[in-house]
Amino acid sequence: MNSVGEGCTDLKREYDQCFNRWFAEKFLKGDRSGDPCTEMFKKYQHCVQKAIKEKDIPIDGVEFMGPNKDKP
Amino acid sequence: MVKYFACVGLLRSSWDQVCMAFWQRYPNPYSNHVLTEDIIFREVTHGNCLVSRRLLTKTNRAPRWMEKYLPVTMARLAYIIEDSIVDPQARTMTTLTWNISHARMMSVEERCEYRMNPDNPSWTEINREAWISSNLYGLSRAVQVRPHPGHWRSMPQIGPGRLHWQLKRRPKTWPHRLRRNSSLSDLALVLTERLFPTLFPKGLVQSTVL
Repeated sequence: MNSVGEGCTDLKREYDQCFNRWFAEKFLKGDRSGDPCTEMFKKYQHCVQKAIKEKDIPIDGVEFMGPNKDKP
Repeated sequence: MVKYFACVGLLRSSWDQVCMAFWQRYPNPYSNHVLTEDIIFREVTHGNCLVSRRLLTKTNRAPRWMEKYLPVTMARLAYIIEDSIVDPQARTMTTLTWNISHARMMSVEERCEYRMNPDNPSWTEINREAWISSNLYGLSRAVQVRPHPGHWRSMPQIGPGRLHWQLKRRPKTWPHRLRRNSSLSDLALVLTERLFPTLFPKGLVQSTVL
């Protein structure tokens, strides 16, 4: 799958591969030994956040689970 | 005016498999309208829950005559945010998906809770809720959602081996199938769903005109 930042797709795929392996083999099994993908994630985020700003995608100020907070 | 809908579904796969597939759901043959997918926030909390935010870009099939009245990005693309919390201790995953573009026209939020089926631990139960609202005159009164099990049977099915999401097609609905006594606001709802289908979860809107 492509990233919204055209130049970020390779970084995204590299991170996704690392994350999927960690998620299945460590996280879901309760292993809290830490995330080995942190550095990859930082590089990917740096790229994708820049692309989001350039494309003016309105993600700023959107609270986590925000729209659902007032719902029963 | 906000309309609310809820249903429960079953996936014949374990909760672990469902969660793993959740992060690998794109691309798939049933989501060609999804152009990009990015994780834009992620962390593991002190309670060992994984919180993530995913940004999706989807095609927006506004007709050409409408494109000139919309900002460039809004004419062709729709942006959706999906927040999620995975709790490996409680074996639950909660997701909230909503559109951040076209929100003034139509706001669609879908919340899903995935948990182990109590009767069969190798299956996963999904509790699905949706809220639809619109600020457009006439459309807000027409936003009616009727629970229709047939349409909400579009539950992903996960096969053995490589995990693939298989979503059932939602039935086509066309304005010419409106009943004779349909109102102008009914037509507005159907047309909005036709013009901006990617804002609506698959199979959600079953207009009263059909």
